[in-house]
Amino acid sequence: MNMMQVTRDGQLQGETLTLAYGERVIVDRLTVTIPDRKITVIVGPNACGKSTLLRALARLLKPKLGSVLLDGQEIQRLPTREVAKRLGLLPQTPIAPEGILVADLVARGRTPHQSAFQQWSAADETAVLDALEATEILDLADRRIDELSGGQRQRVWIAMALAQQTQLLLLDEPTTFLDLKHQIEVLNLVRRLNRNEGRTLVLVLHDLNLACRYADHIVAMRDGQIVAEGPPKEIITAANMAAVFGLACDVIADPMSGTPLVIPALETE
Amino acid sequence: MSVAAIQGRVWRTPRFSLRVDERLIGVNLLLLTVLAGASLWSISAGDFPIALGDVLKTLLGRGEGANNFIIFNVRLPRLLTGIGTGIALGIAGAMFQSLARNPLASPDIIGFDSGAALGAVALVILLGASGTLVALGAVAGGLATALVVFALSWRAGGVMPLRLVLIGIGVGFFAYAGVEFLMTRSDIFEAAAAQAWLTGSLNARLWSHVWIIGATLVVLVPVALLLQPALDRIELGDDLAAALGVRVNAARLAAGFVGVLLAALSVASAGPLPFVALVSAPIARRMTRAPSIVLVTSGLVGALVVTAGDLGGRLVFAPIQLPVGVFTAVFGAPYLLWLLATQIRKGAM
Repeated sequence: MNMMQVTRDGQLQGETLTLAYGERVIVDRLTVTIPDRKITVIVGPNACGKSTLLRALARLLKPKLGSVLLDGQEIQRLPTREVAKRLGLLPQTPIAPEGILVADLVARGRTPHQSAFQQWSAADETAVLDALEATEILDLADRRIDELSGGQRQRVWIAMALAQQTQLLLLDEPTTFLDLKHQIEVLNLVRRLNRNEGRTLVLVLHDLNLACRYADHIVAMRDGQIVAEGPPKEIITAANMAAVFGLACDVIADPMSGTPLVIPALETE
Repeated sequence: MSVAAIQGRVWRTPRFSLRVDERLIGVNLLLLTVLAGASLWSISAGDFPIALGDVLKTLLGRGEGANNFIIFNVRLPRLLTGIGTGIALGIAGAMFQSLARNPLASPDIIGFDSGAALGAVALVILLGASGTLVALGAVAGGLATALVVFALSWRAGGVMPLRLVLIGIGVGFFAYAGVEFLMTRSDIFEAAAAQAWLTGSLNARLWSHVWIIGATLVVLVPVALLLQPALDRIELGDDLAAALGVRVNAARLAAGFVGVLLAALSVASAGPLPFVALVSAPIARRMTRAPSIVLVTSGLVGALVVTAGDLGGRLVFAPIQLPVGVFTAVFGAPYLLWLLATQIRKGAM
């Protein structure tokens, strides 16, 4: 796989963020720093504010209080397009227009780099090709997206985000609705992007064991707060799992990777 | 190596690149050719038939007395008003269907046309207005209706497409009831004039109608085309569009405004022509197979639908002349039924 040229370095921080939809406060005075060139995975129970935090970090939600800093600049003051050159986000449920071809959808990722005078530059073409190659869907390029399987479709969306060529890539539950094999494929891809290209990745995942296996840094959230953050081995402990999920469990070492493996306790009478 | 699946031809210098979708250009040229043919036929046909050769001669400025009079004072304004309203409706339909991500959300279905009609009829009947003032009434009525529809369908930070469609249909009936009420209060001559216009007719169009719709298109079509890339991205979802660098709310507001103005001013020029906005964009998308809302093609399809509808309305039951609005309804209504049936089957309703 060839090295992709990434537009710019991106460092991402949230400072005392209070996030709300209307009057409903989801995240309360949260401070977080996304480690550069690492894979960060956000975990936590449903409705704990993971996606909300991700949206705020990507400038899609304006914080009530506090600020998000991208390369030290307040993200709300940066133009949308400028942010889009440095930071990409794949939402949980993107919508594919009816009948669109894979290549055309991936090409949409080039939007922030295009204008009326620069509609399809050589760089656009290379970026789309590289993204199709990295996600191993080059042979699907001329297929309609509605003909693809769930796993293939997810790779198309990731390819689109890759074509944007941002240093920072935020993926909201990229493995949901995929079977285990396809989940592993997507996460292997994520790891390659990080190891080979030095991209910073932030993922929201539900599967703790996969999170442990792929994350360099875990952020565990509950009720809009960070309960614990750090390397998986330090964070995924029985005590923390009880605090974050209210889950009684044992944590052992994954026999394959040595990373923590959460074994839920049997129901006690 | 290039990505073969991406349609089109590319011209490129280091600081400039242009991508042209050949199929799109081909479809547009085909539509223009058919539209030119339909236009010539439309000019030549009528109670006083003019041979095609004479039509061409007259258009080139070498015509004779009667032909000159009929073509330049009657048939050309009629034709151009039809083409202009068709373009406006085709583009407005494409914009709203894209914004709402729902093929039912065209201005004729969601009440904007009825609102524009109410505004126009109110000015005609209450103030005895004519010409440009009627156009202003239509714009005010269309914008007010759009505001009401959007306000009523707004829930928790967004507009649900299906809610928008259903509320739009309801508000449309309400506006239409307003029109009916005004009609009963007016005297018979005003009512007759308003009625002829309300059925959506190109009868007795003057150059003033051509100017209204022409100026509308000159101002608004470039704005619509500038918004097209943003609308294409918004179809992927608001969050993704924003992540791609699109200013979603600004683009959506601008597109909504332009769409309402296009629909309202087409109503001001030719009355409400039902179903033109509804059918044009889906036809255009199917023909071009482009990954885009293809506004230009939608406009051309709209122009062709109105021109053909007017021609059909005059020829099929000759010597009886059906207003173009009746003719577009006859063909548009079955499409609406089919659309409703498939939407229900897909569980979208």
